[in-house]
Amino acid sequence: MTTRDIVFTAVGAVTALSALLSVTTKHVVHAALWLLVSLGSLAGAYLVLGQELVGLVQLLVYVGAIVVLVLFALMLTRAPIGPHAEIDTPWWQRVVGALLGAATAVMLASLLLPFFSGATADLDTRPSATPQIAQAVFGTWVWPFELLSVLLLVALIGAFAVSRLVIGDRGVGRGASDGDRAVAEGPPSVGDGRAGAHHSATAVAPAPTGGDRA
Amino acid sequence: MIHLSLPAALAVLLAAFGVYGVLARRNAVLVLIGVELVLNAANLLLVTGGTRTAAAAFSAGPVLTLFVITIAAAEVTVALAIILVMFRRAGHIDLTAVPDLSEDAVEDTAEDTADGAARDLGHSAPAGRAVR
Repeated sequence: MTTRDIVFTAVGAVTALSALLSVTTKHVVHAALWLLVSLGSLAGAYLVLGQELVGLVQLLVYVGAIVVLVLFALMLTRAPIGPHAEIDTPWWQRVVGALLGAATAVMLASLLLPFFSGATADLDTRPSATPQIAQAVFGTWVWPFELLSVLLLVALIGAFAVSRLVIGDRGVGRGASDGDRAVAEGPPSVGDGRAGAHHSATAVAPAPTGGDRA
Repeated sequence: MIHLSLPAALAVLLAAFGVYGVLARRNAVLVLIGVELVLNAANLLLVTGGTRTAAAAFSAGPVLTLFVITIAAAEVTVALAIILVMFRRAGHIDLTAVPDLSEDAVEDTAEDTADGAARDLGHSAPAGRAVR
């Protein structure tokens, strides 16, 4: 056991434990927060593996953006506060899920652990990998990189278009209210304060959502 | 120096927990959390493979990890937009009770709920709609 082994075991234990809690907890919001812990400590695991750029991007994109987006989605969908059994499938489906998860683990372990058994990486004397990554991104990988920017733009426009989608609204002369709703609920990716306040205001209304949609 | 079987074992665990999370959750956002865990297992495996040799060809491991992180961001954005549309349409995000979203079924339920809302709420129904 070298020092990096010990540090990685500690960080990896935190990652695995919080990942397990994020898929088993009965609190909806706690699941997102445990996911935050798991992804953050995975960034630490990348640091231990000597890939500081990947670790920082993980912190920025996953912890900074994706988990916040998930939390916003939970708030916008009126996530219940407190333990809630309704977020899980029935017990027999969970047993099947656990069996399939264990089968996935056995399959991947039987493939990966022999592949990596005894393999070591000497990271202490190695120079930083960041200049190599930068040269590779803007050299070999420059066209996939540019394509990814197009993908992000398409995802942005797609999220906006989907969030404006009003399924089955076929009324004539309801254009004004439709427009108001589309503006008020806006793109979910932005997560602006207006949408959040709007939904929390409707959360206290007793009318079912399906009803006032008609 | 680090033994690379440790990160490989962590990737195995993350993938298994992610599969369980996808299968054991009904809330659509929590299913998405399971998908994120599987994606992170793949990322960790890419990074582990990338650190195996000092000068890997094209730095493929870390660069592909960055690409996967970007694609995951795009995927989450679109998925959450769809989930919000489902919540506005159905009033819940329970994946075991997905309503029929085809036009005919929507029109039937729309008429039913419109009748119900008019009967129950009377004149307050249009006001509620204007607020939304």
